[in-house]
Amino acid sequence: MRITSFKGGVHPPDNKKATASLPIVDAALPERVVIPMSMHIGAPAKPIVGVGDLVKKGRKIGEAQGAVSVPVHASISGKVMAVGNFPSPMGVDAQAVVIESDGKDEWADDISGHDDYLSLNPDVLRNIIKEAGIVGMGGATFPSHVKLSPPKEKKIRYAILNGAECEPYLTADARLMEENPGDIIEGLKIIMTILRVTDGFVGIEDNKKAAIKAMSAEAGKVACELMVETYYERDGIQYEVPKGCKMGVKVIPLPVKYPQGSEKQLIKAVTGLEVPPGHLPMDVGAVVQNVATAAAIYQAVRFGRPLIERVLTVTGPGINEPKNLRVRIGTLFEDVISQCGGINKKAAKVVMGGPMMGIAQADFGVPVIKGTSGIVALSEKEAVNVMDFGPCIRCGRCIDVCPMGLNPSVLGRLIEKGRFEEAKEYGLLDCFECGSCSFVCPSGRPMVQFTKWAKRELARKKAKAS
Amino acid sequence: MDTEKNPQVEARVFRASVGPHISSGESVPHIMWTVSAALLPAAGLSIYYFGLPALSVLVLSIVSAIVFEALAQKLAGAKITISDGSAILTGLLLGMNLPASVPFYLPVIGSAVAVIITKQLFGGLGYNIFNPALIGRAFLMASFPRFMTTWPLPQGSLSLARPDAVTGATPLGILKEEGYRKLLSHFASRHDMYVQLLLGHRGGAMGETGIVALLFGAAYLLYKGYITWHIPVTFIATVAVLTAVFGGDPWLAMLSGGLVLGAFFMATDYVTVPQLKRAQVAFGLGCGIITALIRLEGGYPEGVCYAILLMNCFTPLLDRAFKAKKFGEASAKA
Repeated sequence: MRITSFKGGVHPPDNKKATASLPIVDAALPERVVIPMSMHIGAPAKPIVGVGDLVKKGRKIGEAQGAVSVPVHASISGKVMAVGNFPSPMGVDAQAVVIESDGKDEWADDISGHDDYLSLNPDVLRNIIKEAGIVGMGGATFPSHVKLSPPKEKKIRYAILNGAECEPYLTADARLMEENPGDIIEGLKIIMTILRVTDGFVGIEDNKKAAIKAMSAEAGKVACELMVETYYERDGIQYEVPKGCKMGVKVIPLPVKYPQGSEKQLIKAVTGLEVPPGHLPMDVGAVVQNVATAAAIYQAVRFGRPLIERVLTVTGPGINEPKNLRVRIGTLFEDVISQCGGINKKAAKVVMGGPMMGIAQADFGVPVIKGTSGIVALSEKEAVNVMDFGPCIRCGRCIDVCPMGLNPSVLGRLIEKGRFEEAKEYGLLDCFECGSCSFVCPSGRPMVQFTKWAKRELARKKAKAS
Repeated sequence: MDTEKNPQVEARVFRASVGPHISSGESVPHIMWTVSAALLPAAGLSIYYFGLPALSVLVLSIVSAIVFEALAQKLAGAKITISDGSAILTGLLLGMNLPASVPFYLPVIGSAVAVIITKQLFGGLGYNIFNPALIGRAFLMASFPRFMTTWPLPQGSLSLARPDAVTGATPLGILKEEGYRKLLSHFASRHDMYVQLLLGHRGGAMGETGIVALLFGAAYLLYKGYITWHIPVTFIATVAVLTAVFGGDPWLAMLSGGLVLGAFFMATDYVTVPQLKRAQVAFGLGCGIITALIRLEGGYPEGVCYAILLMNCFTPLLDRAFKAKKFGEASAKA
């Protein structure tokens, strides 16, 4: 298959060497965890425990509110010490449940899984995924069960796993693919069963040879049969995918280019299809999930374990001992960093996630959440100062690199003048804030800030009008 | 926090922000310095040909451009940004557009027009509509036509003498006034004419001579990606083709006047030309047509400066006409 990559993109130094060959290690059991009720896109969960309650790990402590929301679970066993507002790595304080460990790390009694998971009804599977609190673990944190529930008229043909990991420094997904390819592929099979598709894909950037090898070996073993019957209508023709159709999973090596792991760019690379502006992946018949999400789905369906831990990369010149750690959700950054030899004087910016799309933290009193793919301590030399920017000189570098084919230069100028409606006409809402424009901008213009601001102002205006 | 107890994770407050947190390291000063450096071989060659007066014109225009930039920004209460290198580049380009023999106040006046009126009054770097150095040149051309059309002939060595000791017309001037045959008679052969033009052994503004040095600098900028082929190649090719169509010598057209300087160093000024590649091709085409029209049919022997300035007016329109193609737009129509 010929890979047609997207137009644009940038090549930041990948800086993955420090952790690429380090096996994932389990972090020490934290003494306390701060678990925010909002670790996903959508309505925050509502706490269902009170101060003094004893909880075991896997016990639900927050109930989902509405369709686009997921529940939250205790990640350690112990006693609820507080329910209130605590700092969150998303930038604003959020309601959270604080649990102090009893040191026993016991599972809740009602944790149970399914051996015959591929023969379960798709609705049952979706509900297990929702109840396990699973969200997109690449960083976007969109509830997975919602993505796996496309409306009936949307025929899904491609189930795609995102193993691109195009952000510099991060190696968590790559290590997971190398060490636990089985979990990921089983998770993909569950996703394929839910979506009733026979074609699964795993997109991995070509610089992760070991991950591609491990995943290809595992994908080659997929010879199971679709155990639910499926049929759909398209252009007036009735298609049937009978029970017993063979599932197949292909590993697709992707060109190394940021943002290759962006949903629309990944779909283009794997299927050749471009999701039109203002549309969703399901409009071209694709559903994308992160590889770590697929592994979490397998853990939830097979063993009944909700999403209470994740793998993240702690690295960067500011970290003394870079590591790939499996960390309980709610573990404070300071507890994670102290297990990695601590922070050193070089650290100038500490980012949750990758250096392109992550959020730089003011301090380490914030918890690891479901979307924390890494903690990267950047040095003064490489970290940009967004306060220090100049006028646009119209050089057009941003236009060359924009993966969405936008003109960030014009967008930035319009937004600077408060002309948000015009920015919208220039495709503001198509921007997914990958930051490639800012990365190449010789004037260091904060395009992502501009974009976020303009989108928020437009949303505010719309809310006012209605 | 007790830093004694846990020395590894000391209490520090870091800069918080959204991404991206890293950058390619490219900067405006770096771009300006690189383009200036690419002009140095040609500047050096003109100093070699025209002697110390050439050096003094270049130094005067650069220094006055810097001073006027700082002055204008100080008067406007704006941040002084002379360290971004853009005033230096403007001064250098203006100097390259002048004959080496002009009196000392011409580069100073030209810089004032370029920096204060054309650039700062329009909002400073990034907001000017016209190429500042070219407006400076056009102003001097209109105000001091005698000085601006007296061309010293190259001396071939570092000379302390005022270069206007030996003056002559530019090849395009001879072509306009006396015809191709007369022009050819100044050289041993047609081939010799091309070689002399390439090496810069002829009368003209400092940046018009030494085409070989200009091409060397342009090649470096192309290689480094600071400019792309779209405008310069379209510009020069259009002039050559139109000249040939109307019975002229296309090689002479390409090698004479300010075409190479204009196409590679002035019509590629980010601020005043279109951003989109297709719009840039249209811009280059327009520049080429106007240049050829002025040269072939106009009153002036040379038209590069006015061609670029006229096309600068069309930059916003061209950018609007060739809107960037969005991801997924093609499949939306299908």
